[in-house]
Amino acid sequence: MSKPTDLVQGTLDLLILKIIALEPMHGWAIAGRIRQMSNDVLQVGQSALYPALHKLEQQGWIDAEWKLSENNRRAKYYALTRSGRKALAKEAGRWERLSTAISLIVSRA
Amino acid sequence: MARWLAQLGLRLRSLFLKARVERELEEELQYHLEREIEERRAAGLTLEEARLAARRSMGAIAQSMEECRDMRRVNFIEHPIRDVRFALRQLLKHPGFAGTAIFTLALGLCASVAIFGFVDAALIRPLPYKEPLRLVTAFGTRPDLAQSQRRGYVSYLNFLDWRARNRAFSSIAAYDVRAGFTLTTSAGAQRVSGLRVTSGFFRTLGVTPALGREFHPDEEGPAAPPTVVLAYSAWQTRFGAKPDALGQTVSLQGAPHVVIGVLPRDFHFTMAEHAEFWATIRGTQACWENRGCRSLETVARLADGVSVQTATADLDAIVQQLRSQQPDPNPATAKLVPLREVMLGDVRPIMLMLLSGAGLLLLIAAINVVSLLLARSDSRTREIAVRHALGASSARLVLQFATEALILVAAGSVFGLTLATWGMRLLSSLLSPDMISRMPYFEVIGLNVHLIGFACAVSVIGAVAFTLAPVVRVSVSEPLAGLKEGCRGSARTTWRRFGSYLVVAEIAIAVILLVNAGLLGKSLYRLLHVDTGFNARRLATLSVSPVSVPPVSIRPGPGQAKAVDADREQPGALAREVAERVAALPGVEAVGYADLLPLSPGLAPSSGFQVVGRSAGGVIEDHPVRRVSAGYFTALQATLLRGRYFTEEEVTSIRRVVIINETAAQRYFPGEDPIGKSIVIGAPPAREIVGVVADIKDGPPETPAHAAAYVPFDQVGFGLVVRTLQAEEPLFPSLVAAIREVRPGLLVQGETSMTERMNRLASASLHRATAWLVGSFAAMALVLSLVGLYGVVAYSVGQRTREIGVRMALGARRRSVYQLVVGEAARLVGVGTALGMICAVAAATLMRRLFFGVQSWDAPTLATAAALLIVSALLASYIPARRAASVNPTDVLRAE
Repeated sequence: MSKPTDLVQGTLDLLILKIIALEPMHGWAIAGRIRQMSNDVLQVGQSALYPALHKLEQQGWIDAEWKLSENNRRAKYYALTRSGRKALAKEAGRWERLSTAISLIVSRA
Repeated sequence: MARWLAQLGLRLRSLFLKARVERELEEELQYHLEREIEERRAAGLTLEEARLAARRSMGAIAQSMEECRDMRRVNFIEHPIRDVRFALRQLLKHPGFAGTAIFTLALGLCASVAIFGFVDAALIRPLPYKEPLRLVTAFGTRPDLAQSQRRGYVSYLNFLDWRARNRAFSSIAAYDVRAGFTLTTSAGAQRVSGLRVTSGFFRTLGVTPALGREFHPDEEGPAAPPTVVLAYSAWQTRFGAKPDALGQTVSLQGAPHVVIGVLPRDFHFTMAEHAEFWATIRGTQACWENRGCRSLETVARLADGVSVQTATADLDAIVQQLRSQQPDPNPATAKLVPLREVMLGDVRPIMLMLLSGAGLLLLIAAINVVSLLLARSDSRTREIAVRHALGASSARLVLQFATEALILVAAGSVFGLTLATWGMRLLSSLLSPDMISRMPYFEVIGLNVHLIGFACAVSVIGAVAFTLAPVVRVSVSEPLAGLKEGCRGSARTTWRRFGSYLVVAEIAIAVILLVNAGLLGKSLYRLLHVDTGFNARRLATLSVSPVSVPPVSIRPGPGQAKAVDADREQPGALAREVAERVAALPGVEAVGYADLLPLSPGLAPSSGFQVVGRSAGGVIEDHPVRRVSAGYFTALQATLLRGRYFTEEEVTSIRRVVIINETAAQRYFPGEDPIGKSIVIGAPPAREIVGVVADIKDGPPETPAHAAAYVPFDQVGFGLVVRTLQAEEPLFPSLVAAIREVRPGLLVQGETSMTERMNRLASASLHRATAWLVGSFAAMALVLSLVGLYGVVAYSVGQRTREIGVRMALGARRRSVYQLVVGEAARLVGVGTALGMICAVAAATLMRRLFFGVQSWDAPTLATAAALLIVSALLASYIPARRAASVNPTDVLRAE
């Protein structure tokens, strides 16, 4: 079996992009939202989250800005860029095809 | 595009505003931690518990931060900088290792770069002509000699026909080999170097003058006005490099020559030997009007698309045409030789040998450094194992090794190149001006693009090797083995064995260099002490001629010169007068003269030998013939084997007698007495053999013994040999003055002692230089391999200290410890020496052309080299042996 983190890393990028697409968020909020929207199934720790965020920023798909957060502290907010939006659409489509294909095989008796 | 710019912006920001970026990263993760704590507080835990729980859930923050940094691709630049700092710190902490490695590398690089500088100047740098590979020299020769001959002469009249009739050359020109002019200034007359050329000479070479112009076609020939082109150096020294030199006149050979041009600074022509003045073939000279007087060498440029074969065929047709039209003894076939080969052919094998020698030295240096690195990585196994355990990837470790290797190589290169520049300057200064004029491409030696490229290439290869060595070492051994105390893994013995292989290789290489240096030295000795057949000590030589006739004719055929000079001189009269005058001088013991002196370079006039009363058997062999005086052999102190020398009367009346040398006697009269027999030399009538003399070296000393004959002198110009009672030097002024008094307008030149002539011979100087260089390589190689041997033996002793302690505790005596250590060293040395001997003999056999009078398997040389190596190696291993034997067994066992 290949390293589990490989697959998760790619999909984690997708999740982050999707979540930020709705509104800019900081890392803590993103992790919380992922947990909430997946019904506590997906719990992303900071060790996976922040490297992913920095990588996405490096790739130019998300932008960072320091703003005042809800608890009156400074936090780094990430927002989707235009190329990020395009990437999101592409990655989402790819995920659709991939997961459908896998389900087809796995669900067959 | 915008995305790429944004990315770049981010990266640059990470790089330059590093502190701020770090702070932001920390702050970001800190925020996350605080939210975690808040959440847990909200769930009811105390501050402490919340903090602990949060920390635990977040895991290793440091690692995440590192990963984030990785994502920002900052580490591409960060890590190398850190690696360099670490490597530098390591090297400074171990100055002994660093110093030895850098010094060894510098030494190897210095030698190879310096030699490569000369190789580049001679063989790689193109000649200063346009498209030099299209240039050839053309000459006529006998078909049976065509294969081996590289240079040959042409007569002026033949050359004119070649120039007019050929279709294969875009241009052809010639130069007269009888070089030199008499320059008359207000200070008097002096001999200067110069060459006479045909008008198209510089055009053929593709050389444009730096100033002025080259010759016009109408500046060549009997009615041409006298013009001269200056060499750049002559323009600088004699005319102060002023542009108004053009139009001024220079008095050469008594005639005012107008300066029409100056050659470019980088121009050189090997066969011209630093000619200062270039004039044309003009006016009348007996040799140029005689089709049989061959005094020119040619330079021709192949026309576009014409090959050497086509051109040779074309020229051959012309040669045959001329032969059928003229009754003269013309050569039978044409030969073309690339000009580059004529100029560089002699020097190439020597350069290659020196380059191989330097290369071997570099190899030893590299092997030494590899050994050092292996020994050092041995002591670093603990450090590396720890780093590995802490999570360093193998890529990072390899990069670390690579950085250290690069730093070592870079430092070694810097020092090596600096040393090489000094080395090249030193070697250049050792070349005598004589040698440089014969090899003008050596005038400018210095650091250039080729050399730096060579040094870089070598450095890169070295860096790769020096990275691989410790990497392989570390990956082969068990990664965790280093963590254990007092580890004695099998990897250690493998590496010890590998280390000893390296030393064996080093010793073998040192042996190769030593043996070849010894062979070269012995060869040089043989060359300088070759049996010349005469006594060279206290022998003065010089040449004499009337100005209108060439100094010493290079190739008059038998009877040719006579026809030329008959209307000018009673042949031999001038020489007799001069000889009588000189013999009367105080300090002179004996005088003799000949048309060509012994040990003369170049081609010798030869004629066919035919014994009367015997059928020739089809082939008439040519052998050199010298025209000599009665007192010639006595002055030389040659050895008379049979019969007698010429009498004065025989020489005066030019009797048809001949003296042959020993080889000729054995060749033509084996087992019988040649005295009284008749032999035809050249053309009939036959001559009577009156004496047999032991072989005299007529040409360069490395020519093998050949048959030769001596006939009574019948020329005008001659070479004089004077046996002096004391040293030759002080006598020259009075000699020259006395000779000039005999007749006005006599040209006296080339006054040297015979020993000086021998030392200055091209072969001797080149041999000497090569012997010295290879000798120094051998010395350095010996030192380096001894250092390597010492290192390996000392290391092995260090490894086996405990074993030795145990042995001694069990009762072994000091002597057996010595035997153990020295025995191990002796085994290495023995194998290395044996291997080296075989390779050395093989290498020497490949280069046997460079040796003189010495076999490739010369036993004394091999034995001396082996003895030298073994003795020094044993001495080198004595020190660690002593240290081993003085080990205190109780101390060793206690440290366990």
